[in-house]
Amino acid sequence: MSVHLKQDRPDTRNVLDKTRQGVIGAPLPRPEGLLKTTGTATYAAEYAAEGCLEGVLVTVPVVRGAVTAIDEEQVRAMPGVVAVLSDKRMTGRPAQGMAGEAPFQPAQEVCYWGQPVALVVAQSFEQARDAAKRLVVECRGEDAPLDPAAVDAEESESTRQGDLAHAMAEAAHSVDITVTTEGHASAAMEPHAALAQWDGERLTVHASLQMLKFNRAELADSLGLEQDQVRLLSPYVGGGFGSKLGVSQEVVAAALAAMQLGRPVRVVMSRQQVFQVVERRSETHQRVRLAADAQGRLTGFGHEARVSNLPGESFAEPVLQSSHLLYAGDNRLLRLEVARIHRMTAGSVRAPGEAVGVQTVEQAMDMLAAKAGIDPVELRLRNLPDKHPENGKAFSSRKLAECLERGAAAFGWEERPRAPRHTREGEWWIGTGMASAARVHSVVEAKARVTLRPGGTALVETDMTDIGTGTYAILGQVAGEMLGLAPADIEVRLGDTELPPGSGSGGSVGAASCGSAVFLACEGLRRKLAERLGINSDDLTLKDGFVRWSGGEKALPELLGNAPLDCVGHFEPGDSTQDLAVSSFGAFFAEVAVNRWTGETRVRRMTGAFGFGRVLNARTARSQCLGGMTWCIGNALTESLLFDPVDGHLANCDLAEYHVPVNRDVPDCEVLLLEERDAAASPIQAKGVGELGLCGGAGAIANAIHDACGARVFAYPMTPDRVLAAMPEG
Amino acid sequence: MPIAINGEDYPLPADPRTSLLDFIRREAGLTGTKKGCDHGQCGACTVLVGGVRINSCLSLAVTNDGEEVTTIEGLGTLAAPAAMQMAFVAQDAFQCGYCTPGQICSATALLEEVAAGWPSDATADLGAAPELTDEEIRERMSGNLCRCGAYANILAAIREVAEEAA
Amino acid sequence: MRPFDYQRAERLEHASQLAADADTLPLAGGTNLVDLMKLEVETPQTLVDISRLPLRSIAEEGAGLRIGALVTNTATAADPRVRADYPVLARAILAGASQQLRNRATTGGNLCQRTRCYYFTNIDQPCNKREPGSGCGAIEGIARIHAVLGTSPHCIATYPGDMAVALAALDARVEIARENGSSRSVPVRDFHRLPGDTPERDNVLEPGEIITAVTLPAPVGGTQLYRKVRERSSYAFALCSVAALVALEDNRFTRADLAFGGLAHKPWHDPRIAELLVGSEPSLALFDRAADLLLEGAQGYGENDFKIPLARRTLAAVLCEASGVGA
Ligand SMILES: Cc1cc2nc3c(=O)[nH]c(=O)nc-3n(C[C@H](O)[C@H](O)[C@H](O)COP(=O)(O)OP(=O)(O)OC[C@H]3O[C@@H](n4cnc5c(N)ncnc54)[C@H](O)[C@@H]3O)c2cc1C
Ligand code: SF4
Ligand code: FES
Ligand code: FES
Repeated sequence: MSVHLKQDRPDTRNVLDKTRQGVIGAPLPRPEGLLKTTGTATYAAEYAAEGCLEGVLVTVPVVRGAVTAIDEEQVRAMPGVVAVLSDKRMTGRPAQGMAGEAPFQPAQEVCYWGQPVALVVAQSFEQARDAAKRLVVECRGEDAPLDPAAVDAEESESTRQGDLAHAMAEAAHSVDITVTTEGHASAAMEPHAALAQWDGERLTVHASLQMLKFNRAELADSLGLEQDQVRLLSPYVGGGFGSKLGVSQEVVAAALAAMQLGRPVRVVMSRQQVFQVVERRSETHQRVRLAADAQGRLTGFGHEARVSNLPGESFAEPVLQSSHLLYAGDNRLLRLEVARIHRMTAGSVRAPGEAVGVQTVEQAMDMLAAKAGIDPVELRLRNLPDKHPENGKAFSSRKLAECLERGAAAFGWEERPRAPRHTREGEWWIGTGMASAARVHSVVEAKARVTLRPGGTALVETDMTDIGTGTYAILGQVAGEMLGLAPADIEVRLGDTELPPGSGSGGSVGAASCGSAVFLACEGLRRKLAERLGINSDDLTLKDGFVRWSGGEKALPELLGNAPLDCVGHFEPGDSTQDLAVSSFGAFFAEVAVNRWTGETRVRRMTGAFGFGRVLNARTARSQCLGGMTWCIGNALTESLLFDPVDGHLANCDLAEYHVPVNRDVPDCEVLLLEERDAAASPIQAKGVGELGLCGGAGAIANAIHDACGARVFAYPMTPDRVLAAMPEG
Repeated sequence: MPIAINGEDYPLPADPRTSLLDFIRREAGLTGTKKGCDHGQCGACTVLVGGVRINSCLSLAVTNDGEEVTTIEGLGTLAAPAAMQMAFVAQDAFQCGYCTPGQICSATALLEEVAAGWPSDATADLGAAPELTDEEIRERMSGNLCRCGAYANILAAIREVAEEAA
Repeated sequence: MRPFDYQRAERLEHASQLAADADTLPLAGGTNLVDLMKLEVETPQTLVDISRLPLRSIAEEGAGLRIGALVTNTATAADPRVRADYPVLARAILAGASQQLRNRATTGGNLCQRTRCYYFTNIDQPCNKREPGSGCGAIEGIARIHAVLGTSPHCIATYPGDMAVALAALDARVEIARENGSSRSVPVRDFHRLPGDTPERDNVLEPGEIITAVTLPAPVGGTQLYRKVRERSSYAFALCSVAALVALEDNRFTRADLAFGGLAHKPWHDPRIAELLVGSEPSLALFDRAADLLLEGAQGYGENDFKIPLARRTLAAVLCEASGVGA
């Protein structure tokens, strides 16, 4: 049986508020928790395979060119070396999220420094690693544009409304700033890895991937196989943050080697390779203009950005995504352009767009508040548009005002126009700052099967992944709520393309999309149970393994009998959001200390208040927000990809020199989850939470730096040197 | 002399290039210990050698002969988890779980180190025994990166165990 | 990693003999050498494991302290005598790396750790230190973490360590055993070299020489500070650091031994700074003059220009803290 819903209308029934189990939203621990804390959860490279060979990717130090010769002989003679592959099907770039088709081939056409072009396979990892370094690859190199500021850019998107220049000229208060952000790496802790096995007809690959149904299509297309010849398994993924949305080079290479050699082959990227070959977040160059009347009401809003990518890539960091709807202003100019340069592929890194776009707007808002002499929170409240400022659509739901107000109260925000350098503790200037958060919502098609087993337990199955986001927990909770079962009685199986295709994890779509598929499957099961009882399913209450209706009560196993009962839920986005603006919102508050001598900045505490529809598990949702806020600190203070100006290679390609925040960088953080029901967003009234926590928070830190020491820094990350350069003397 | 891992002896590898990390993961088949960077930059490979935490990726297996290594599997099991392993679950001190075994090995060692009076960069008075303040825990856990950003909950989990023990 | 012959040294002389071969390197904690061997930046044919030699004790020697070459950084920093009498050394060690690394890192290995220059660690880039004559990638490239003092047209790398900066301020000595069984001792201040036209040589060790210990002079008391400026609050190398041994009497400096990290190919020590400060009354103007001396001849390479003002300010911060000026 299956239940299909193409959601064309908002679902205001709020079914999950009427069911009685009481597990939805509860802060339950993750069911896979002990597996992870005892080291029993198995990640891609960790499966045992008889006779497994080890492959290491060979990269070339050329920014553009073509491979002309590979001297296999010498390396083949090295101990343990089994093969050198430079198959035309090897991929040079990772697939973009949801591409569903082969990424750039052949790899031997080189487009960026460090592109993998071959694979060395040996008996042991040590042998393969050394042989890969020694393989001599001859390459015809060419010059290539490397500097995004030095090339003509293509327009990717633009919105013009009214006359921004005029509004700026007429404004009582205006702000016009240019801000830069550097490239970011996802830097998931598990390096990209694949273990491929070929039985002559079918390929099985344990890989570290986020969106299996798309990945299967990408891999099959890369190899020239049918999709049903390919099985992907990713039950545990050691973080993705966008970098595992599409199949990357090691997956295709491992598969090709396994097919050629007829033996299992494992390929794990080195950390340096992960930095050099998977997707980066583009650096951005942004201009924000705000025009306001004497009361600080926006009359004009401008946001322009330049990002970069390789030629031929459709992805452009969507910097303006939330700028379209966050604040009012009749006169608008939003423009995004892409410079074509030769750095590794730019693609999705956690919260593409907003992760670098919102903070700059929030810096400008802070400056406007200062100019207009208005409290920064009040300035935001004054400028929340009644409807989408460009297309006039109503907001499906928006908790922004509540987030601002409740966040401010929880943080202990002092309402006042900001004047910097009010507080010093020893060498440290102390200040506070705030910012709004915004992240667009989307859902994608997803299927899940739910089986009620005799005995009254349930099984939830989908190829959806849990990349740390809490999928195992929340899908069990949706099913438990709907079927009246304790989560302990529900088994959730994920990450296997043999299972019904879910949405995959990416762009915060997973919980709402797959949660809805599970919800639909459970609705189907509830109807079946009602049918068996000859009652209307509205009259059915499922709780603690019992079925109750107006006429009586039965234990679930009794009603089920000996045969399992299953249903596939099939969720498809429809027109429910057609006439509405659907987005998640929030607010950040930060207190920082800036060293008056060295410009070092430490975040001392942070509060985030977020509204993202229904909270499915308050504990994992909070963790997602905490994770996002940790990223805000890296984004604001420490993270930047440094590209060599001469040959375009990434200089700081490891975790010692690319600085992700460490434990000591992260202070006490408070998270407020504001309950919200967004009927248009999904049939479970949920939106995404995985990314919202880093959409704007770096701006709160930037504003706090100014409040602390008077430095307006217009370049992220705000490293000590940049803070010092902007810091007034004294 | 062999290397003892969680009480079981394993003969030294034939290839001296084998890191202790690869030895644990491959030769001993104990994949709970993770490889995040292979260069001492992330802490995912943290294990205890003679009770002392080290980055197993930067240690050649052959140099550890005769040593006793404890990995995450040696701290506790699914059937009998250690207090720290349970506290990590209770506090949601992980997300993807990849950095987690290293965090737990570090956290376990950390409590011993503080008890033994080892100072850290966060110790205000070098002359006194260090106290288990939040700042001390954060500093002492800073050799274990967590890209999921579970730091705040990791701190809470360690606090929980420390307070239970107190 | 290239294949190599692994030898464990049972005795010091054995280690020296083996290490006399140009293609042999001693292995102590391995936290730097194994890292670089994986990258094939270091490609020794023979690795002589010295980690079990009996150089693991901290002992009182004369009025000072002798720290064996194989004492771990952790053990040094936790030693009660070091904490009480040489707190700047404990502070510097604790400001470096992570607990896990310090648990294996040794006195000798820490002194000999190689630069973190991105071009040095990437074998696909030119680097005169790694491959003499291949050029310096950093000068025209990303020189953010590079030196501003004592650079040469051939190399602008920094010595990245923290411990040695404190040792330089303390005027400690390095004890070195030679192949022929004799030994020599070199002040830490002279142990590391400037790159000149032989940047491949980080320090004065000759093949076959093994560090056996570091010796600290008698304790001097006073205020001892180590200030490290870094891009995150822990587990990051210094952009700039200052080790300071300072004493005042009647509001005049009686001691001001300073050394600087992150600025040069060696821990930077300029005797003129102490000469200027000792006998003078602390003031911001005086600290500025000290910085003038320090930074005389400083040269930035674009990306790292900021280190010049940063060093000035960090110096002032440390002297303010030590003397109470501006509090
Ligand atoms: C991610 C990371 C971060 C770090 N951060 C810091 C930091 O912030 N501050 C800091 O100071 N350090 C830092 N370090 C460096 C660390 O302190 C050094 O790796 C360590 O001190 C080296 O000691 P070892 O005993 O492991 O040396 P090994 O790796 O064994 O040896 C290093 C070198 O010294 C030689 N050598 C060793 N012992 C002797 C001897 N007795 N005589 C002659 N030669 C010898 C070896 O041949 C080799 O060339 C960091 C390291 C890493 C990986
Ligand atoms: S600065 Fe020195 S170490 Fe760095 S590339 Fe130049 S020569 Fe090599
Ligand atoms: S794998 Fe050892 S520190 Fe990262
Ligand atoms: S839990 Fe994912 S990296 Fe820490």
